[in-house]
Amino acid sequence: MLAKRIIPCLDVKDGATVKGVNFVNFRNAGDPVELGQRYSAEGADELVYLDITASLEGRDTFIDLVRRVAQGVSIPFTVGGGISSVEHVDTLLNAGADKISINSSALRRPELISEIASRFGRQVCVVAIDARCIEGEWICHVKGGHEPTQRRLVEWAVEAQDRGAGEILFTSMDHDGVKQGFACDALNQLHEALSIPVIASGGCGAMEHFKDAFEIGHADAALAASVFHFNEIPIDELKRYLHKCNIPVRM
Amino acid sequence: MIAIVKYNAGNVFSVTCALQRLGVEPVVTDDPEVLRAADKVIFPGVGEASAAMGHLRASGLDKVIAGLKQPVLGICIGMQLMCRHSEEGNVDGLGIFDTVVKRFDNSRCPECKVPHMGWNTVEVGHPGIAGESLDGRYAYYVHSYYAEPCVHTEAITRYIVPFSAVLHRDNFYATQFHPEKSGSVGETILKNFLAL
Repeated sequence: MLAKRIIPCLDVKDGATVKGVNFVNFRNAGDPVELGQRYSAEGADELVYLDITASLEGRDTFIDLVRRVAQGVSIPFTVGGGISSVEHVDTLLNAGADKISINSSALRRPELISEIASRFGRQVCVVAIDARCIEGEWICHVKGGHEPTQRRLVEWAVEAQDRGAGEILFTSMDHDGVKQGFACDALNQLHEALSIPVIASGGCGAMEHFKDAFEIGHADAALAASVFHFNEIPIDELKRYLHKCNIPVRM
Repeated sequence: MIAIVKYNAGNVFSVTCALQRLGVEPVVTDDPEVLRAADKVIFPGVGEASAAMGHLRASGLDKVIAGLKQPVLGICIGMQLMCRHSEEGNVDGLGIFDTVVKRFDNSRCPECKVPHMGWNTVEVGHPGIAGESLDGRYAYYVHSYYAEPCVHTEAITRYIVPFSAVLHRDNFYATQFHPEKSGSVGETILKNFLAL
């Protein structure tokens, strides 16, 4: 049976892992390659590395890191952050990334999704969406969640799918860093509207939150950062818990 | 010497890294002489079947691969190209495995998403290269097409339908999943292949 995936996310700035609370106030959480290896050994199903370095020099550092991850880690990994061209995707895939994730650049220029999908296959193209619930409507945000757009979550996710996205990575900005659980209602809306996998992100603080994302939100995968980085939820323990709850996970 | 077939549909770097983690330094080549002289050959693949097959035909690698006598391991698209025919681009393959490659039809399971992406369990019928220890374990898949079970199938995985997870005929071995991305399970398969 196809397993629900547990995905630690590593935000990388200047070669080190960071995790913000509501996207500000970074706390350091260690070396990205070592962390990836530790998660892989504990049973993580995939890894996501997000480059949050703004500078051009930082971009080369990140490509070097992608190569080191590919050499050191034996599970699939996605990279994202500041990707806005097919050439950049080509460089990252050649460095050993399995998938790439695009966010603001896809909202700015939706054709980017189809360009990536037609050149490399739709399975490499993860479209990440940061959204916030404003007066009952889930509104997509750009620039790390700081700037609202005119787009609504489900409508944009469907368009992304139709343009060739292989997966949707949905982060609730309202839930991110707050540790009160994933946005299960919005996840379920995505599940009902889409035929591609949905990755839940933002808000987990306890093992039950993962169970809810899978059972109530019908997510295909769940992503988290700080609960893993600071070992608040060990991945092996989380998997045993989900297995006991009859959720199919890779043991 | 372990050779990896270089062509336009390779995830060559990931496979190279996986072998390096096992202490093996592979040669990535499209030179027929180097491929024929290798102790073992790995035929990887990510991409679209008819384009990949067209490239193999144009370069003559199709006949080189089909004529190899040493152990050969096909992975994902590599495995699908070793079958008789693929619905993807409606193209004839190398015909090593007596089966056809079809697209997943999720009208039989609207909940099932295509591509089949993620970790799924492998059911081993004949231990072969997979070994008994793989039975019931998870391997990593990313694919929209599958090879129907046939006389050469040694293990299956179930997704919408049962399909070939491991194929074997004479010196030819193949996995639909990605051993280079399947953690310790994948490492075991690669070790078993290297030990042949």
